[in-house]
Order: sequence, then structure tokens, then C-alpha cells
Amino acid sequence: MIALEFDVHVRQDEFTLHLHDCADVQVLGLVGPSGAGKTTLLEAIAGLRAATGVIRVGGRTLLDTPASVDVPSRMRRVGYVPQDSLLFPHLTVRGNLAYGARDAARVEAVAEMLEVASVLDRAASVLSGGERQRVALGRALAAAPDLLLLDEPLGALDPARRDRILPYVLRARQALGVAMVWVTHDLDELTHAADRALVVDRGSVVYAGPVDGALPLLGRDRSR
Amino acid sequence: MNQSIFGIALFSAATAAVATLLALPVAVGLGWLLSRRSFPGKSLVETVVSLPLVLPPVAVGLLMLQLLGRERPLGRLLDAVGIDVVFTWKAVVLAMTVMSLPLMVMTIRAGFEHVNRRFEAMAATLGASPLRVFWTITLPLARQSVVAGALLGFARALGEFGATIVVAGGIPGQSQTLAVAIFNLTEAGRESDANTLMFVSIAVAFAVLATASAVQRQGRRT
Repeated sequence: MIALEFDVHVRQDEFTLHLHDCADVQVLGLVGPSGAGKTTLLEAIAGLRAATGVIRVGGRTLLDTPASVDVPSRMRRVGYVPQDSLLFPHLTVRGNLAYGARDAARVEAVAEMLEVASVLDRAASVLSGGERQRVALGRALAAAPDLLLLDEPLGALDPARRDRILPYVLRARQALGVAMVWVTHDLDELTHAADRALVVDRGSVVYAGPVDGALPLLGRDRSR
Repeated sequence: MNQSIFGIALFSAATAAVATLLALPVAVGLGWLLSRRSFPGKSLVETVVSLPLVLPPVAVGLLMLQLLGRERPLGRLLDAVGIDVVFTWKAVVLAMTVMSLPLMVMTIRAGFEHVNRRFEAMAATLGASPLRVFWTITLPLARQSVVAGALLGFARALGEFGATIVVAGGIPGQSQTLAVAIFNLTEAGRESDANTLMFVSIAVAFAVLATASAVQRQGRRT
């Protein structure tokens, strides 16, 4: 569990996004239609996009515009796993995992946990889709972040691969105890992984609370 | 004459290599700055960097001569510390460096612009400082353009004539490059020797340009 608080404004082309939430979370599921501002929020939390407002993770202030605090991305200790993995193509799997790692032991441990130890010396550019996402997840975890942002990490995979990768993410959450913000379109992922849901639409929060309460909004009966 | 041709070719290659090595870090720095940063006066920097491309090379040589002449402040300063530039091999290197820089900056800048900035953002989330991001992500991903830029710069330096003859004089055995020697031999009516040097120039330029092109193609594929 980690205390996650944000109240951010980000100017976009069509509207100004204003998203806020404050809760102790293990995994916050972030859902909403395309263009709702999910990725924008993740980029704001990671410090990759200019935003105003307040962001606190585990009591640590990352952004506080009124107090002129804006911690650079490299010092936020916030990991990010994008949908397209963005593995460094000129490095091996080991090079990717070790890039932000505190020590070699953590690289080995993460590689074992995500079952990529056998491809450590392979070029990142030749991996399969599932391997790429596991390495991207491992790369972020090896840096020991306080918070991990997952932007539809399984979205680019077919359903069979998705079902195979999901347990790895859940295992990482369990083993390393890292808190996550998980963007997803998949309600199964949401119900399996998240302990809190944030539903957003056109840059505003539509719902914040337990996952069960979000399901009717998302078109699924809570009894399913 | 054969040994002399070899000597001239060797002198040209050596001075062009030194000029390329001098220009390369400047070109990498400027290429990165122009591709990644917005700052006041950016257009002016772009224009100044590109000037040698459009100015008559003889005018560039004259400008350097006027800056470095012994009666000028910079020339006097260099003279005071025992550095003689004008009409020496150092002037050849300087002329080659100035004339090849724009081509190198343009090629390397295009390479940096081709690098997906999201890789850099990803490295930052992993705790990398801007300098580390540059050395470990941006530069390696743009390496083909850097190599191609260096090769094109070397080829440009090798063919440099106008600025060189003004600031270095093209003195045989002292500051005579391939291009200048072709001119001198033609002027002296030694057509056969001039032709030999012309073919040497064509062969070297062909090899360098073909290599640069292959390197850039490989970069686009990766």
C-alpha cells in the first residue's frame, strides 16, 4: 500500500484535463475511453509532461506548483511501462534490465521472477511481444520504484499471450510489493489486479472508489 | 613524381583526418543542441553554422586570413605564444575544419532528430541524468548518422580548395593538398600529373561517399 495523491491540471488540445484522487492503494486501475486523459495522467505523474497542481507518492511531494516544487523525472522514483514497451533497441535484455537497476542482484532476481533469465544476452530488438513486455516490466521493477505506472502493458498482446503475461505482473506486485497505477481497457485485468478504480472521461474523474462500484459504469454487472 | 603524388595524397588524408576529428565533437554538440533545444538566437546559430556552405570558399579563406594574420589581434596573440598558423599545415586543417563543419552538423542533427525521444524519456524515468541519457541512448541510437557525418566531413575536407589556397597558400611540401596540387600542376602545364591526382581524388571521394551512404542505409534499417 502507498498513499497516492494527485490533483493535476494538464492543458490539452481539446480540453484542460483535471484529475484528482487521494487514497492508499496497492493497484489503482485507471479506466476510460480513448482520449480520456489516462496516458496524460501517467506522463504527468512520471514527470514527462508539463502539469500544474499537486502530486504526492507515499507522502513524498513530486509536484506542488504553488510551492514551486517540480521534481525532475529522473528523481521521482516512478517507473513507467508503456504499451509499446520501448526497450532500448541497441542494448541486450541484460542491458535494458540493468539500465536503472540499483544492483546486479536485483537484475538477476527480476529476470528469474519474470522468466527472462534465458534471454538475458539476446538483443532486445529480436524478442517476441510477450518477452518484450516482460522485459519492459522488469526494467522498471529493477530500478526499485516507489510507484509503477503501467500504460496498457498487455494491450498490444493477443488474448492468449495476455493471459500468460498477467500472472507475471501480479507476481511482481506480490513479490516486490510495489504500488501500481494500471491503465486498462480490459475489465478482467481491472478486477484481477486492482484494489481501487478511477474512471475518467474527457479529462475528468467520473468515479473513484472500489473496483466493484466501477463495473456498472463500465457496462458490466457486479454479479459476473 | 610518384612518391610526390603519394606524399601529397598522404598529407591531404592526414590533414583531412585531423580536421574531421576536430570538427566532430563540435558537430555532435551543435547537432544535438539544434535538434533538442529551443533557445534565443537559435536561427542565428543555424545561419552562422551554415554560412560556409553558401559563401564562396575563397571569401571564407579571406575572412580566416584577416582574423589570423600577424597584424590582427588573434594572429598577434597566437604569434606571441609561438603558434604560426597562416601558410602552414595548421591553416590547411583550420580551413578544412571550417568548410566541412556545416555538412557534418546537418547530417548529425538529422540523426538526432530521427531518435525517438520517448526512449530518452524512458531512460529519465529510470534515473538517468541528461548527460547519461545522451551518452547511453541518444548518441548510440544516432551513431550511424554520426559516422556518416564524419565520413562526409572527411570527403568535404579532402576536396577543400578555395579557403585552403587563401589561408594556407598551397605551398609545395608545406601546405599543398590534393585539390591545390591539381590546380598547381594544371597551371604549370603538367596535365598528366594533374590527371593522376584527379583520379586519386575521384577514387577516394567515391569510396568515402559509398561508405557514408552504406552506413546511413544501415542506420535506417535498425
